Amino acid sequence: MKTTRQDIETILEHYPRHPQHLINLLQDVQAEYSYISPEHLTLICDHVGVPVTQAWSVATFYKSFSLEPRGEHEIRVCLGTTCHLKGGQRLVEACERKLGVARGQTTDDLQFTLDTVNCLGSCALAPVVMIDEDYLGRATMRNLKKRLEKSDEGPD
Amino acid sequence: MGKLKSVAELDSFRAKLLAAPARPVVRVCLGPGCLAQGADKVSRAFKAAIKKQKISADVKPLIKETGCHGFCSQGTLVNLSPFDLFYVQVKPADVPEIVDQTLRDGKVVERLLYGDNGNRYRSAAEVPFYKLQQKIILKNVGLIDPLDIEDALKAGAYRSLVKALTQKTTDKIIETVTIAGLRGRGGGGFPTGYKWRKAVENARDNPGPVYIVANGDEGDPGAFMDRAIMEGDPHAVLEGMAIGARAMGAEQGYLYVRAEYPFAVRTLNIAIEQARSLGLLGKNILGTGFNFDVQINRGAGAFVCGEETALLASIEGRVGEPVTRPPYPVEQGLWNRPTVINNVETWANVPHIIDHGGQWYSGVGVPHSTGTKIFSLVGKVKNSGLVEVPMGITLGAIVEEIGGGVPGKERFKAVQTGGPSGGIIPYELKELPPEELKLDKVGLQGRGFMTMELKNLPVDFDSLAQAGSIMGSGGMIVMDDRDCVVDVARYFLRFLEEESCGKCLPCRLGIKGMQEFLNNFSQGKGAPADIDALESLGRALVDGSLCGLGRTAPNPVLTSIRYFRDEYLAHIVDHHCPAGVCRDLITYRIDADICNGCTLCAKNCPQVCIMGAKKKLHTIDQDACIRCGVCMDVCPVDAVVVA
Repeated sequence: MKTTRQDIETILEHYPRHPQHLINLLQDVQAEYSYISPEHLTLICDHVGVPVTQAWSVATFYKSFSLEPRGEHEIRVCLGTTCHLKGGQRLVEACERKLGVARGQTTDDLQFTLDTVNCLGSCALAPVVMIDEDYLGRATMRNLKKRLEKSDEGPD
Repeated sequence: MGKLKSVAELDSFRAKLLAAPARPVVRVCLGPGCLAQGADKVSRAFKAAIKKQKISADVKPLIKETGCHGFCSQGTLVNLSPFDLFYVQVKPADVPEIVDQTLRDGKVVERLLYGDNGNRYRSAAEVPFYKLQQKIILKNVGLIDPLDIEDALKAGAYRSLVKALTQKTTDKIIETVTIAGLRGRGGGGFPTGYKWRKAVENARDNPGPVYIVANGDEGDPGAFMDRAIMEGDPHAVLEGMAIGARAMGAEQGYLYVRAEYPFAVRTLNIAIEQARSLGLLGKNILGTGFNFDVQINRGAGAFVCGEETALLASIEGRVGEPVTRPPYPVEQGLWNRPTVINNVETWANVPHIIDHGGQWYSGVGVPHSTGTKIFSLVGKVKNSGLVEVPMGITLGAIVEEIGGGVPGKERFKAVQTGGPSGGIIPYELKELPPEELKLDKVGLQGRGFMTMELKNLPVDFDSLAQAGSIMGSGGMIVMDDRDCVVDVARYFLRFLEEESCGKCLPCRLGIKGMQEFLNNFSQGKGAPADIDALESLGRALVDGSLCGLGRTAPNPVLTSIRYFRDEYLAHIVDHHCPAGVCRDLITYRIDADICNGCTLCAKNCPQVCIMGAKKKLHTIDQDACIRCGVCMDVCPVDAVVVA
């Protein structure tokens, strides 16, 4: 997790006050804080001049945005076609059992968020799992389990 | 280097770059496939190893981190020049040896060469995977350093823009693209020249700004062509857009990149900055008075935004819901102004067409589908990766000669093209009615009555459409006997149900309805008449949906019924999944001859339903088994089989 965060004001200043920049701002806040809090959503609305209802519809329409805090580590199991054929679905289920959360959810200790993704473009190495910024190609339940236990212990 | 103020300044700058003495170059592929296999670590190892060697600066090998070289299954790929050596599966531990043997002494490290059927290949050009390919768009991808505009200039970047600015009128540019026969690479195959012409006409009738958009929202699962272009040769896209802008009189371009491609965004941002600093983007480009700049818009994770009207809504900061066409974007696009939106790969074709001429381009490929097409060849195929082939090449040539066939003992079953909007094409025809078999004719209309083996199907826009599939953006997923078409069709529907924006009813409810049928089938439920009902529902979606997502959503289902009806019937009537995939119709069993009693399966079983003592045969309690497949995955001797 990042130790220093850009101030919300600094993020807002990057963009002119125009509704066109709503998505860009949501993306930057999401990237910086890993979720969009109600306070931030209101500030963004005031900045670009759109009603909160509209920003809410945008934030809930696009999958990149989360309105709830996310875990320290993000596990994204690829469910592209090739990964599906090579058992991606079983990997998701294994993660669900291991972490005790369903896909899209975050563990209670805010350590892990489990998500699926529709293709990471690394199809030649299917099935693929991304743990934070690292790829795990030709993933199996065994090497995934090992990798998860390593993340749990802290940075390597 | 400051801004280049004229064409002459660009020419002399390029000449200066080319005149620099050549140094040995190590090209490490940092494409998505290689990256997932640790290519970044290989590159770091090279830098560290070369730093250690005491070589004078002018002959010190240059480490280039390139875009995708294509042969992903053999990553990490390393090309060495001037040795013309191609090393595969390079690990950081191999690097010191490469530096000592090849770079210092010019010797070949034999074990790192690609080998196949007893042959070893020194250079990439000899490898069968590359032999049938024709690289036009990917020519520089894997060759140049995408983060260095000077490297791109050395390879000829922006030469076509100069030509477009100095030698061609706007009419002439559009004419060249029209003669070339370029068709949109995003899937639809709409003639690009015609689209451009319409935009110009609309702008003439209704003066004001025109916008250029590149669609890099590559959402089809199993497709990564656009990613490879954006990450490997970003200037090709920018140059194509600039030429288009010149033709259409546009001053602002938008590049919409998928959310899941952070590397592409980073690479393009750097490329845009570098092009601006050299004066190749911005105001008064090369002193010709032409203004053009590009802005990047990141997608936010919505598949439907690949649809052009939804994409434009997203650029405007709104929810990405499509609207009815007409009016088409060339009439009323961004902020209600004429807007030309083309796929990233389409834009990347443009500089080559301007450079070599429309006639030359129309000579590549086949009539009505000219040029080359990039495919991501993945799935159950030995050589998987990114391939660029001339249009009209047969499916068999791609899958067997380039792809090297199916690994293992399974047989080819089908090829899926076009992602969730495409179809499943059987590789070898099954149960052909003999009286319908007319081998000399292509006549794929009508269910089940095909008159040619589909492995000879030419891969071009029209032939694929005839076979019930689409070119799509270029994903090509090979399936073998262990893949179930019902399961794959169900997979695509799940995908589309999640991605449907929900605006129009046929798509929102129709996909759900189709899913219910398939969920039943996969559990062995339903009646044969349900197949017809499913087809009819699918056709309703084709006719009634608002945008391409809904209109093409039934394709995987409809084609799989058309070609694999017997497999559907096996599920429904015999309650049997021939491929052994559908969970409710299979059981896992431990082979008594193979099991060595290692206890791994029992230890990992989440249901704790595998019994057996150490070094004794293990057995599965079928009543408790949830068929999660963990035992099969963890078994070191492959003793767990699907029955």
